Formats: sequence, C-alpha cells, structure tokens
Amino acid sequence: MASSQTPKEIGEIDFGLMDPEEYRDMSATKIITADTYDDDGFPIDMGLMDPRLGVIDPGLECKTCGKHSGSCNGHFGHIELAAPVIHVGFTKLIRRLLRGTCRECARLCLTEDERDEFRGQLDQTRKLGRDLNDVTKAAIRQARKKDRCPFCGETQFDIQHEKPTTYYEVQQVLTSEYSQRIAAAMQPDDDDDEPMGREALANETGIELSRVNQILSGEFRPRESDRKALEKALDIDLTEEDMNKLMPSDIRDWFEDIPDEDIEVLGISADKSRPEWMILTVLPVPPVTARPSITLDNGQRSEDDLTHKLVDIIRINQRFMENREAGAPQLIIEDLWELLQYHVTTFMDNEISGTPPARHRSGRPLKTLSQRLKGKEGRFRGSLSGKRVNFSARTVISPDPTLSLNEVGVPDRVATEMTQTMNVTERNLEDARRYVSNGPEAHPGANYVRRPDGRRLKVTEKNCEELSEKVEAGWEVNRHLIDGDIVVFNRQPSLHRMSIMAHEVVVMPYKTFRLNTVVCPPYNADFDGDEMNMHALQNEEARAEARVLMRVQEQILSPRMGENIIGAIQDHISGTYLLTHDNPHFNETQALDLLRATRIDELPEEAGIDDDDRPYWTGRQLFSELLPEDLNLEFKSNTGDTVVIEDGQLLEGTIDEDGVGAFGGEVVDTLAKVYGETRARIFINEVATLAMRSIMHFGFSIGIDDETIPGAAQDRIDETIGDAYDRVQELIETYEAGELESLPGRTVDETLEMKIMQTLGKARDNAGDIAEEHFEDDNPAVVMANSGARGSMLNLTQMAGCVGQQAVRGTRINRGYEDRTLSHYKPDDLSAEAHGFVEHSYTGGLTPREFFFHAMGGREGLVDTAVRTSKSGYLQRRLINALSELETQYDGTVRDTSDTIVQFEFGEDGTSPTKVAYDDDHGIDVDQIADRVLEAEFESDDSKAEFLGDKARPTNLSEHGDARRNPDILSEVESDD
Amino acid sequence: MTEFDVSADIEAVVEDTELSEDLKEEVYRTVEERDANVEQADEIARAVEHRYLDTRVDALDPVGTVSAQSIGEPGTQLTMNTFHYAGVAEIDVTQGLPRLIELVDARKTPDTPTMTVHLDDEYATDRERAHEVVWKIEATKILALGDISTNVADMRVHIDLNPDTLQERWPTVDSVDEIAGEVAGIIEDSLGVNAVQQGTNVEFGPEEPSYRDLLQLVEELRDVTFKGIEEVSRVVIRKEETEEGDEFVLYTEGSAFGDVLTIEGVDASRTTCNNIHEIHSELGIEAAREIIIEETKTTLEEQGLDDVNVRHLMLVADIMTNRGEIESIGRHGISGSKESVLARAAFEVTVNHLLDAAIHGEVDDLNGVTENVIVGKPIKLGTGDVNLKMGSVNRSSQAD
Repeated sequence: MASSQTPKEIGEIDFGLMDPEEYRDMSATKIITADTYDDDGFPIDMGLMDPRLGVIDPGLECKTCGKHSGSCNGHFGHIELAAPVIHVGFTKLIRRLLRGTCRECARLCLTEDERDEFRGQLDQTRKLGRDLNDVTKAAIRQARKKDRCPFCGETQFDIQHEKPTTYYEVQQVLTSEYSQRIAAAMQPDDDDDEPMGREALANETGIELSRVNQILSGEFRPRESDRKALEKALDIDLTEEDMNKLMPSDIRDWFEDIPDEDIEVLGISADKSRPEWMILTVLPVPPVTARPSITLDNGQRSEDDLTHKLVDIIRINQRFMENREAGAPQLIIEDLWELLQYHVTTFMDNEISGTPPARHRSGRPLKTLSQRLKGKEGRFRGSLSGKRVNFSARTVISPDPTLSLNEVGVPDRVATEMTQTMNVTERNLEDARRYVSNGPEAHPGANYVRRPDGRRLKVTEKNCEELSEKVEAGWEVNRHLIDGDIVVFNRQPSLHRMSIMAHEVVVMPYKTFRLNTVVCPPYNADFDGDEMNMHALQNEEARAEARVLMRVQEQILSPRMGENIIGAIQDHISGTYLLTHDNPHFNETQALDLLRATRIDELPEEAGIDDDDRPYWTGRQLFSELLPEDLNLEFKSNTGDTVVIEDGQLLEGTIDEDGVGAFGGEVVDTLAKVYGETRARIFINEVATLAMRSIMHFGFSIGIDDETIPGAAQDRIDETIGDAYDRVQELIETYEAGELESLPGRTVDETLEMKIMQTLGKARDNAGDIAEEHFEDDNPAVVMANSGARGSMLNLTQMAGCVGQQAVRGTRINRGYEDRTLSHYKPDDLSAEAHGFVEHSYTGGLTPREFFFHAMGGREGLVDTAVRTSKSGYLQRRLINALSELETQYDGTVRDTSDTIVQFEFGEDGTSPTKVAYDDDHGIDVDQIADRVLEAEFESDDSKAEFLGDKARPTNLSEHGDARRNPDILSEVESDD
Repeated sequence: MTEFDVSADIEAVVEDTELSEDLKEEVYRTVEERDANVEQADEIARAVEHRYLDTRVDALDPVGTVSAQSIGEPGTQLTMNTFHYAGVAEIDVTQGLPRLIELVDARKTPDTPTMTVHLDDEYATDRERAHEVVWKIEATKILALGDISTNVADMRVHIDLNPDTLQERWPTVDSVDEIAGEVAGIIEDSLGVNAVQQGTNVEFGPEEPSYRDLLQLVEELRDVTFKGIEEVSRVVIRKEETEEGDEFVLYTEGSAFGDVLTIEGVDASRTTCNNIHEIHSELGIEAAREIIIEETKTTLEEQGLDDVNVRHLMLVADIMTNRGEIESIGRHGISGSKESVLARAAFEVTVNHLLDAAIHGEVDDLNGVTENVIVGKPIKLGTGDVNLKMGSVNRSSQAD
C-alpha cells in the first residue's frame, strides 16, 4: 500500500529456537490479565487484546507502531510463566538428551573417540541431505550404554518418559520390605534343610552380627555396600524401582549445564538452539492480528481459539503464582503445574495422542498453533503455497464455434470489472481519454486512474467526463478488458500444463465464458455446467510470456505424447467423414457455402460437370482447400482406408479422427510440427467450421430407430444366446460330474468361471455381429463409431444386440444371498442368468433382474472412479513435488535447483517430448526434406530460407486484436501468414 | 569415415552440422540415393539440422514438472482392478494405478512378485530340460508329493509318496527310493524328528506321544520346502517367440531373483523380476533404473496408455535412483530429503519438519520452487531463471 516502502526480497530463512530473553525483548507488552475487553468494549491494558499488540478494528491506531489496521502486522506480547513448562514439540528430544547426558555434570556420555565418530557421521549426513535425527538417535543409543559418566564417574539412571510431558528418573533403591525379604531368603527351599543362621549370614557378608540383627528387625537400612553383600550372599534382589519425577525446572537446570560442544555432537545447533530453550519460561503471545476477534450480528464478540487458549493459560498461571505465594502444599502446586503444562501443550498442539483435546464451549476441539499449520487447508498448503488473487473471474462456460481457438468470449460484466493498467503516453492519450470518459459502466471504459504523484482516483459516472480531460501522458489508466487482450484461462483439475492456457479476449454479451469446442480436450471440459476461471494479467512481462508461451496455439502439441492434443472432435469428425468418405459432389452454391467461414473465397477448378451441365466440386477437393499446397502425407485412417495427400490435395481416403482429431490427428500433427503452430491453428479453426457446415449440409441425427434391428435378426440373436446358454449348461454339467479339466495353475472352480465368461463374451460378440449386419454404413451411430467421432461398436452392440455379462471385481456377479445372487434363483445355480448375464439390449429393454445386475456393475464403476481420482490425485501431487525442481540447463543437463545433475541429457538424447511423437525416434523425415530441396518448389526465397532455418518464421502474437480494435483495417485480416 | 559413397565435400558439409550420428547416416543415405550434388546436400543437411535443432529440448525447460504431469494426468484413466497379465493368463499381477503407486513408492516387496525367467541353450528349446529348471525353482511342498495321514493310535505321521511325482520332480535322480530317502532327510532336518523311510513310505512322529505335537508336526510339514525356492509358489512354463526364436519362458509367482540367477540353465542376462529392490541388490542401480522404466512403461501400456513418452518415465526413474540407491517418491524419499525446510514442510508432516529445522539450526536458502512461492519471489525455473534487463549498455563493458 504505502509506496514509500520499497519491497524487500527475502534472502534466506534461519530456523532456530528462541532465547526467552529474546521473547521479552521483542514483546510489546507483558500480559497479565486474562480478560480481553472491559464493559465499555475497550481492550484492557496488559490484557490479551492490549492495543499495543496491533490493531484489527479499522480506524484505530496501533499503540506500538502508529500504523492503521491493514498496514500494522501486529506485535508480540509475552506471558511470564510461573514455572517452566515443556514444549510438546520437543518431548522426544528432551528424552534423548536426558538419557544421553550425565545427571551430575550434564556432559554427553561419550568419549572423545566416539564423539569424533559421530561428528564424522553428522558431516556425512549433512552432505547427503539425510535425516540428522538418525545420527542423534545412534549417538544417544551409544551414550545410554554407559553406566557411568566418563567425565565425572557418576552412575547414570534410566529415564522414563510418560507421554506426553512427564519424565522420571528410575533409580534402584532399597526396597522397604528389605527385612522381610532377607528373612524369607534365609528360610531354606526344602523343609529338610537347616535355615541359614544369622551368624552365618554375618560371616558371609562381613557385616557385624548386631548390625545384621538390626537390619533384620528393620531398624537399620543397610548401606549400599552392605545391600550388595546381602544380595550376593542370599542371591536375592533387595531393590525396587524408584520413579523420581523430574520437574521441568530440574530439566531446565540440567540442560543449562550441557556444554555447547557436547550438543553439537548430537547435531543440535548450539548457537541457535540451546536445549534449555525447549523448556519454556516465557510464552510469546501472538499479536491480535493473528487471532482477530469477530463481532457477531448481535454485537457480541467472539474470540479466536488461540485467545481462548491464552485465557486459560493466564488464569492457571495466575492461580499458580497465588498458591505458591500463599505457600500451598506441594501436591496442589504440582497439580497446578501439570494443569499449566496441559494448557501450554494444547496451545501448541491440540492433537497429541493420549491427551484429551482442549474443547470449545460447544464441544468442538480448539484449532491451536499446530492445527493452523497442518494439512491441506493449513497455513503451508492452504495459504502460503496456494494464494488467492485479484483480477480473476469465474463463470459457466458455453461453446461458440465462431471464435478462434485462441480466443475466449468474456461477458461484458466481467470485462468491465477486470482491468488492465495502461501507461498513458502521447501515443495512446486519445484512447486513454476515451476510456476514462466512458466511465466505469460503459464497456470500453476505465475504473481507476493514477496520477503521476501516485494518487489513485476512482472513475465514477459523475466524474468521468471531467477526469478524462485531465488525463495526460504519465498517468496510469486502469481500463476495461477489450478485444485482443491476453488473459489466462483455466479449468480445474489442473492436471497438466494445457489446463492453464492464454486466450485473447473477445468481449461479448451474456454471462458465460465462450470457447471454441476444439479446446475442450486439453481442458477436459464439456458444457454440462462446467465453470472456468479467468485471470487478467497485470504487467507487461506476464502478458508477453502468456502470449509467447501460453497461448492456446502454442499448446497444440502435448508434451505427454508429442502429438497434437487440440484438433477436431465429435461432430467435426462426423462432418469431415461425411465430406470425404464417399467424396460427394457439390454445386457451386453448396461448395461456397461450405467454405464460407474459411479464408477461401475462390473455388478451385471444378472437378467435373454433372448431367445438368453444371460444374461440381467434390468433398475431398473442398477439404484440400484448407491444406498447405506442398503437403504430402500418407496414413491409415480410423475408418480403415489409406489417406493419400499429395501436393496439398486429398486424393484418397477418409478424413476422420486419425486425420484431424485431437490426440494425434495426423494432418494436424504434421501441420503443427512442420508448418508451424500458426498454420495449424488456422487449419484447426477452418476444419472445424468446414466440418460444421458440411454436417449441417447433410444433416445428422440419431434416433431409437437407428438402433433397432429387424425381428428376424432379433430371432437370430436370441438363438445365438440360446446356444451359449446351452454351452454354459454343458460346462456346468461337466463340472458337476467332476470331469472338467482345470487349466494349469487354476482350480476347477476358477476354470469353470473363466470358461463361462469366455462363452458368454463370445455370445455377446456374436449378437453384436448379427446386429451390425443390419446397420447400413450411413447409420449415424455407425458413422460415429467408424470415424471415431464418438462411441464404439461395443456401444452399438449393447444398444442393439445384447448388453452382455455384468461384472463386479472382474468376475461374474457372485454376491448377494447365501449361495445365490438373488432370491429368484436356487442356491448354487451357476447358470448365466443367475450371475448377471444381461441377454437383452438397451433398446429392447432389460428385465428387472437384469436391471439390478446392471446397476451392480454400474455402481462398481462409480465407486471405482471416486477412489481412483483421489488416489491418482495424490500420486500426481507426489510426482510433482519430487520432480518440480528439475530443469534443463544451457549445457543440456537436467539438474535440480541445488545443481545436482539428474540426467546428462534429457531422455538420454535431449529430444523434446513435445516436438517428437512418443513412437518416433527423431521425428524428421529426411526423405521428404530431400524431396523439397531437390524439387526446389519454394514459393519464394523467403520460404526457402525459412525451410533451411536461415530465417525465422514470423511470430504471430495476436490473431484479430488489431482488426477488432480498428474496424477500418478489418479488410487486412490474417495478414500474418 | 562413412560407409556411404559420397564425396569428401558432401561429407564435410554434413559433418559440419550438429546432427546426431544416426541422422547423419540417414542424410548420407538419402544423398547417396538421390545422387545430390554438394550444394543440394548442403541444403538438405541444413534443413535437417534446422528441424533437428527445433526438436531439441529448450534450455531452462521445466522438464520435471512436465514429466510429472505427463505421468500423473493419465493416472485418472488407469483402472483400480488387479487383472491378469496380458500374456500369461495363469498368473495374477497387480496392474493399473495400484501398480504404478507401488512402483513410485518403491515398496520393498510388490503386491504380486513375479519373475520372467529366460533359459539357456537347450533348456530353452527342450521341454524336458526346461522342466528340470522349473522344478529347481518352484517350491515343492509335501502335498504335491504324496498323501499325509496321521495315525493317532501310534502317534505317527505317515506319508505315502507318489513315485511318479517324485521321478518327475527329481529327474536327475534315477531311483525313487533314493529320492524318498532325500525327502525323509529333509523332513528330519527341518522338523527335528526321526523319519523312517521304507520305499515310498515315510513315517515319523513326535518324541513323546502328544496329540498336540502330532498335529503341529503335520502343520509344519506342510510348510517344508523340499525342492526349489521357498518364495516361488508357482511356475508357469510357456512357449514364446522371442528374439532368439521359439523358446520356453518361465513365469513365476513369487520372486527370489538372486537365487534364480544361480540356477543352471537360467539365462541371467535376460531374466527379470518385478521387484525393483531385488534387481537393485543383484544387478546394481543402473539395472534398477532400467527396471523402473520398463515396469512403469508396461503398466501404462497394458492400460492402453502407450502414448506416454518414455522420456518422462526415464526422468522419474533417474530421480529415484539418482543417489545410488532407490528412493521413493514421497515423504520418505525424495520429497522428505529435500534441502529446503519450507519445501518439506509444505509437502507433508509440516510441524515436525519445522521443529527439527529449529533444533538443527537449518537455513533455508530459498532456491527451490515451493519456497519461492511461499515467500512470493519468482521461481527459478523457465523464464524465472533468466535475468534480462532492458537498457543501453556499453558493449565493451559487458564482460559477462
């Protein structure tokens, strides 16, 4: 906001623990009162909402920095804890340190040699970027083995950790029942043996008899040496475990004594993170801006979860202090201490296992610090890695075949909201004034202007005329989006880079984004209610990048397979199929009508003269008009014939999915690779319009009659299915007779299932074949299936012939009741119909039982899809995260951002996956190049220079932008190729 | 230098280009076929070079992200089902998305381990010899060899071995008696009992009469492997057409790659296994990389996604094996060992990474992608990796 402050760049981020002194230094105030606001609604001084902690209410001034809400980031306060408490995040490390250091001198119980070893290991792990914790663990394990401290010789005890934050020192001390135990041990095992006398015991242990007597009567506790002697003599254990609780203050004192060089051995950074800082004596209070209170409709204030937690902490802290001053018994103090620990613990992390989570009054667990950071909606993934932006719009999409694939139709109300910053100069002053004078409501208007002195003024209906006069060079005008502007367009899920592409704006009435249908495949969009997002770019650098790198036409080739992902779809393909399959004839009017939306304004020479003496043109001829004149191609079409294109003329074959379709349409692919993306864009646009014109010319519709077969055919299908039933029955009989031979490695049951499945599968195919015989080649469903426009022969089979076996988990349907699928069948009925074979067709209609089985199969499909999307989404996230740093360098190597070489050449040969198809070695047809060179058929020297690579192809940055803005140059459209 | 009959001048102009060796060859062949002159040859070479350079991957291309997307995007089209192998109907192999996840996870053992064992010389062509290898690989359990019966009265376990099976599985031993003796020996060794062998009958029992011990012995007996590799539960033998002509190829259920390689008759150079860790420990990291590429490729291909460029799979395999051992993709592998604290925290287990970073006093240099997104700086990839400044600079002063 304040332009006086230059934005600074973050160079690096240091992590470490904080010294309590530092907390106090940075604190704006000490917090001592648990209350937030007084009765008048003013924040209480030294309370949790102290005005020195920052401002959240607009209009108020921060007492610390003097800034207003929005620009003041807030300031930390602090609470002086009555007693030290443990930081929950470090409980494991605290345990390790307690176990690995001496209880007396606090030194790490490792000899100098061992330390060297671990220092070496640490260096190694740091270099390799491995987990330092592993070394720490190993070092502690080693140190724990020592019974005595190698420095002061003090005996070490085991430390027990009771989760989450309690530590005990386990000492072996003399049991209180020592006299009974000794007496019991003196009794003989067998009744026949003499009990051991006291004299004998005294002799054996070397303890005076009187002392022995005293010990046995329980009047004297034996010293340690005596105890050991007694234990040895009697072969008993006189100790018991004594759990000595370590209070956080004890631990803090202990840690304070650990020398710096000792903790360095454990991989802990001594200057940044002293271990005693893991025990908190001061608690920083987050600024109010991090925990703003909200005012509800009824005027009541509702506090943030963190504030609630802080209130708890302060209350207990207060009580703790009062009780201690009043000299309350140790038990009460300890209880309060534990309670304080609990509140501080849950303040940091409210999802500690074993601790009941702190709850809100309503019973909802509080969202405390850890919970704010964690997970998808947490600070890291939700706020820091994913940011919300201005200048974005979202609405429903709908198709518009009149747009170029590079364009997007933007509703005028979006265009008037999204703005572009215009730096006014003498050259665009007139335009700028016009925009401003139009005001914020009329379309090519402006919403804001900025004067050279930095003042930003809102353009309103009232001041627009006046303001437009004032606009001079040096001002900035935030004008509306106009035709030709570049915007970024996106549909979620953004699974690949083609999910975010740059389009040129075409401002349109109504409320939907409009796009050409050919860009549906890369976005994976349809128009059943899909919504998409648009982002208006805000600086020249971004706009340039978007134009050069992100525009739709630059994304025609997909890096996944190296073939085009943009091309004709659905009706376009049916259209080109109708146009080229039977090579129909068109008279002049018809031919011109078909080509009217293309650049072609003159028909080629007619193909012949019809009976009425009128010239006619063929469909293939018209299609050829869209091709470059020197194109030579030969490929197999989806329909099955060979397509031959010579010198830009389609001589033979059907143009269908394999010719012009998205996902590897041969013609589109070749154009994009050899003739450039601008040429490919023009071709795709024109094919789409030509195809739409031709499908409209022929007419194309589908009805139920198209999938109905004659009764005779139906009888044959029934017969085939009947035969299959018989064969299944035979199989079942052989199986029941125990004569079925099992396939290798399969049980007989499995074999039977497989054979039945096979038989029924074949039955369906046969039914399909019979049905197919009755469909003419011009049947719309057949046309669509053959051309690859939509649907398959299987779909047709299911509609007209027989739906076939329904499967759940890859087998016939076997679930339901005991030994049967439905109560309609006898138990253990293995027949086809009892296990989900649907013998009817979709047009014929399913029986209720068939319908049920069909629904079972269908449901499995739905569940499968749901599971799959989440699984593959996670897979994708992991892959992206692991590979996102990789980049090719100028030397051709692939390295990550820390310059580790991952590949010496991308894909072993440095070939771009975008420009070479997955099944191609290098994608270069040397023969064809030689052809062109030798035949020297170049339109001009320029085109030859271009071909040889001496001259770059002209860049094409905007399709219609200039023309749309200046109607008078409309006649010069498409000057770019 | 080239085996093609072209003049030295043509060779000079072609060699002058930056083409790869095989493209140069192709240019020579074309020039020779067409009998082009030097000028034409030069133009052909230059035009090919132009196209060739155009198909090189651009400097500063974020290939990692592109590859990740290219594998992840079709993931939505993969099935969740475990279907049988396209080639071998008898063996179930995990496929589709679960298999892909398993691979990038670098699981220690796959869900369905399997090996493809190729055979040497006459083992590959002679069914009898091939079967010898099968019996050396497939674990033979007692149930395959004969019938077990328990005599509760005498507290004895009685095994009636099937002489035909014995002969079949021990083809190199002539006498059935000898084989039965061997079987008895294995029983003695593994169960710690005294087995009495008489012809094809083997009998043993617990030391002290105990019904429970008897039953337990029978249970244990079922698990004893008499021949072959314990991990391999089944071997399927198939005649296949390979580069070497028709030969027998073995497919196994279960894998023990190291053991199989040492078996006589196994062609170690062509035998593979779908456990990347076994490949790694037996054949090294390069082989592991190769198998990751191969396995991901076939997984995708079987689902009809053969149009994913292998180069993407190579990159994944390369990053997984970059440090000389197999690292998984995810928080326990590559993402978890990233240098940047913020990048790790932004991926998974956020809080722990922050706390550990504090303890170790880590410094985040903000080089990577995620970190720069977090702090709001341009990322150092693609156009963000270039620094261009506009303005007139004295050329001579521009040393760099």
